[in-house]
This record gives sequence, structure tokens and C-alpha cells, in this order.
Amino acid sequence: MRDVFLHHLVEVAQTDERIMLLTGDLGFKVLDEFIAQFPDRFFNIGIAEQNMTGIAAGLALEGYVPLTYSLGSFPTVRAMEQVRIDVAYHQLPVKIVTVGGGMSYGALGMSHHATEDIAMVRALPHMMVLAPGDDWEVGQLTPHMLAHDGPVYLRLDKTTAGNTQRDGEEFTFGKIRTVREGDDVTIMTTGGVLVEALAAADQLAQEGISARILSVHCVKPLDAATIIQAAQETKGIITAEEHVLDGGLGSAVAEVLMDAGVMPKQFIRLGLNNEFATKVGSQAWLRNIYKIDAVAMVAAAKNMQ
Amino acid sequence: MDTRELAKRIRLHVLRMTNRGGSAHIGSNFSIADILGVLFGAILQLDPKNPKWEDRDRFILSKGHAGASIYAALAEKGFFPIEKLDTHYQNGSDLCGHVAHKNNPGVELSTGALGHGFPVAIGMAIAGKHQKKTHKVVTILGDGECDEGSNWEAAMYAPHHKLDNLTVIIDYNKIQSLDTVENTLGLEPFTDKWRSFGWEVVEVDGHDHDALLQVFSHLPAQTGKPTCVIAHTIKGKGVSFMEDTVLWHYRTARDEEYDAAKQELNQ
Repeated sequence: MRDVFLHHLVEVAQTDERIMLLTGDLGFKVLDEFIAQFPDRFFNIGIAEQNMTGIAAGLALEGYVPLTYSLGSFPTVRAMEQVRIDVAYHQLPVKIVTVGGGMSYGALGMSHHATEDIAMVRALPHMMVLAPGDDWEVGQLTPHMLAHDGPVYLRLDKTTAGNTQRDGEEFTFGKIRTVREGDDVTIMTTGGVLVEALAAADQLAQEGISARILSVHCVKPLDAATIIQAAQETKGIITAEEHVLDGGLGSAVAEVLMDAGVMPKQFIRLGLNNEFATKVGSQAWLRNIYKIDAVAMVAAAKNMQ
Repeated sequence: MDTRELAKRIRLHVLRMTNRGGSAHIGSNFSIADILGVLFGAILQLDPKNPKWEDRDRFILSKGHAGASIYAALAEKGFFPIEKLDTHYQNGSDLCGHVAHKNNPGVELSTGALGHGFPVAIGMAIAGKHQKKTHKVVTILGDGECDEGSNWEAAMYAPHHKLDNLTVIIDYNKIQSLDTVENTLGLEPFTDKWRSFGWEVVEVDGHDHDALLQVFSHLPAQTGKPTCVIAHTIKGKGVSFMEDTVLWHYRTARDEEYDAAKQELNQ
């Protein structure tokens, strides 16, 4: 997912000279293509995310489109006040990019997880929050997010659902994708955990349950129409995210439905329940332990039937 | 306009604005009034008719709590009507206590939370270099503000990248919010700190207009290095009973105090 993004970034940067890439001393080797092509538009700021974010704001005030690239919660939570005041309040086109959304860097420990970032960033006025689920979404959304005249948070995952583009499918920036049709239950995910939802859908299909799989690449602003439709047409909604339940995708979906006066027949949120992922293990293992994987989705879906 | 006259007007505006609004930080405003008088009166290349003129010098007040004095300086320069200053701190005003950019031409950046202006100024300085421009980027930090770690991230960055179009001015009035700087979190040896980070450091009496003019007319102090001007100032400078006291970080001049302050400033 990261490499796909950087490839598309380089493509866009070839025609958009406003783009500058700032890193907090992360991205060994993977940034080389950008550096080689645009050496005067690349800045390794050092391990200093507050400074990086402030510098990005200064560049954006001067007409550039700077990206702040880092890992886990570093470009967001570590520099949250700079993101809040310098970037969001001034409505600047700074693009905050993290690799390692959720528990991507599972065994590195909770310091390197990003499991509260969506809630924190989406609370900020003017922010757009993106968390693509597969490589196709990454490629499709990159030019749009770079062209968007405002602040964006892009949360990239280490895992990806590969390429889930359906025959003839066209991408609409900001619109929830229906990755698989289904009427019995809806499973909505944001980020790379989409791959678990697809696995769950396969298992459920074998048991005669058809699951609608929705990939929410844009958590803010949120596509209300597709969510309302799912609530009305299926027996229940399951949301799954590598994030705490407070303020993440599940919360956002619930807000949309309550605001619309639409009550889903059933509603289950999968995510970290008021806890950090403190157990040590790979992303896949942690998803299982914390019940954000296909097994948990299948169990939740069966309960709804 | 004469820089001393501008500094005097800034102080009188600030006295009136904080009195009307019942707001704080008069001491912090007064300590930089002479610096602002020289910068806005004689140094910064600005165009009030075209606030976003691309070759303008960039000025950021990082110690945003002295916003009243920036509004006053900009109004005196013609960026917006002087009458607007009377709305300071009032319901529905554009002029909040900490300097704000929205609807206020000439304000480059909203600040208030400390430790923000300096990194943003670096971003502007990088942009200036990238575009091969010759304008200056100037930011004023408070001494207490130097407690914030983000400033030291920035202090490392600017000399490493030889940003000699950047000038940081420290309002070293030796008093912060609750107590003296020395008693709170000592900065000394302050000059040595900046010098060891790679800055060209100039110390100056922050109320001596001739000295300030001399320093600011020769920026960068050394080619290839960012300049740090440590301006020794007196908090509350200009009104004897406000000078060098912690009290006037927060206190508002009212009634007899207001009249006495106004009289003293007008002398």
C-alpha cells in the first residue's frame, strides 16, 4: 500500500511542482524514487514531528502542497497541536501521511500503533480523513487528495486487500465502495482490515449468508447515503476497524444513522474496546486476539441472522 | 513614521484596547513595542494595499499573547482602520486576544499556543530559498516561550540548513507567567545556547531604537547563518508602575491606573 502510494505520488509530482515531501526521518529506501526525481522538493526534517508539521504549514502558506510522512501516530498525535492550529485552523493543504495505520507494526508495541488517530484527527474541523482498504483505492485516491484544497490525513496500512476493483468499477472519491454485494448483513471496514472482511464474506457465503462488504476509504467527510441504504437493506451493520471504538469508524457510522433517524436492525462495532493493544504479536495475530478479524466478523454476522 | 512615535502609538493603543476589553498581557505587549516600532516603522517591506505581495517580508508573532500590539502596528501601517482596534476582545470582533489571521490583513499566522511560530517561519524561509527570493522572514519569541520543546527542534533545523533569510528575535524580558524566568526554568547561558546550535547571535537593548535599527539593518548578521537577536527588554516598559513586575502579565489597567499610564505614555 505504501509503495503504491509513493509511486502515484511521484507521478503526480511530475506535473504538480507545488508538491514537497517532508519526512520525520522515516522511509528508508522507499522514498528513493521521489528523492531521485525531486531532490529539491524533499526534506528530511529529522525526528521532530512538531517542527515538521509547522514547517509544512509555512510551506503551504507560501503556496506549496507539503506532505508530512511518518509512521504510526507520530505525524498526528505527536504533533497534534500543530495539526490543530497551524494546519487545520489555517485550512492549509498539508497532507499528513502515516504508514502503519492501526496495528500494522504489531510486534513493535503500542507506541508504534495508531489506534486513536482517526478519532483525534476527525474531530478537527476542515480535516479530511482517508484510510484506503486496498491498493486500487490508494492509487485512485492519491491524485484527489493531492488536489484537495485543504488538510488531509492519509492512514496507510501495511496489509492490503490487493486489488478489489470490480469489473468496470469506477472510483468516486469520498464515496463508500461496495466491494461485494449482499443482503443479509453489512460489514463495513476502513483501512487494510478490508481483507478480513472479504475472508469473512467467503466463509459466510459457504453457510448461505450473503454479506455486503463496504470499504470506507474516506471516514471524513462520511458518505451517509451508502450507510443509510445498508441499514435499510440488510439485517444489520458490523463495523470493523483497527482503532478504539471511541470516535472511530463505528462511532461515525452510528452518528450518521442517528442523525438521519435510521435505526439499523442490529449494530455491532468491532475494534479495541477502551484498551491499547498491549499484547505482543503480528498484525494478523493481534487482529485475532482483539477480535477484529474474519473470525470475529463471521461470529457477529451469524448472531444477526 | 518615526519609529519612536510608532512605538508610542502602539503602547497607547494597547493600553486602550486592553482597558476596553478587560484583557491581559499588557506587560508582554509593552516589552516588544519598541522592537515593533523599528520593524514596522523602518525595516519590514510591506504593502498595506497588497497584503499578500509576494516579495513582502514575512513577520510572525510567535508569542501570540502580544497580539494587541501587532493589531496596533498593522492599523497604524494602514492594513485596516484604526477604529477597528476598539473592537479588540469584544463580542463579534476579529481581534481576539491572541493574534489571529482571519479577516485581519497583514497577519501571516494565528498563534497563541506557544512554540508554533518558529517552525512555520522556517517553512516560509525554506519557501523563500526555494523560490530564490530575497525577502526576510522574522519571528518574535517570548523568553518563557523558549520552554517549549518545538522551538529547540526548530533551533536545530535552521542553522543546519543555512537559512540566513530567517531572523528570530527573543523578547528577553526575564519574566514569564508566574515568576521570573530564572526562578521558573532558567535560560542562561542563553546566548551560548543559540551560538552552540549554530546561530549568529546579536544581543541588543530592546528599547534602544538606534541600536535596534543598526541590528535589523544588517540582516543576516552573518551570511550563511540564521540570526538570533536576543533583545534585552523590560516587561511593561513605558509605564513605571508596570515595569519589571509579574503582576502586569495579567492585570488590566483601569480607572486611576489607566489615567496614570496614559499620562506617562503621553509625556
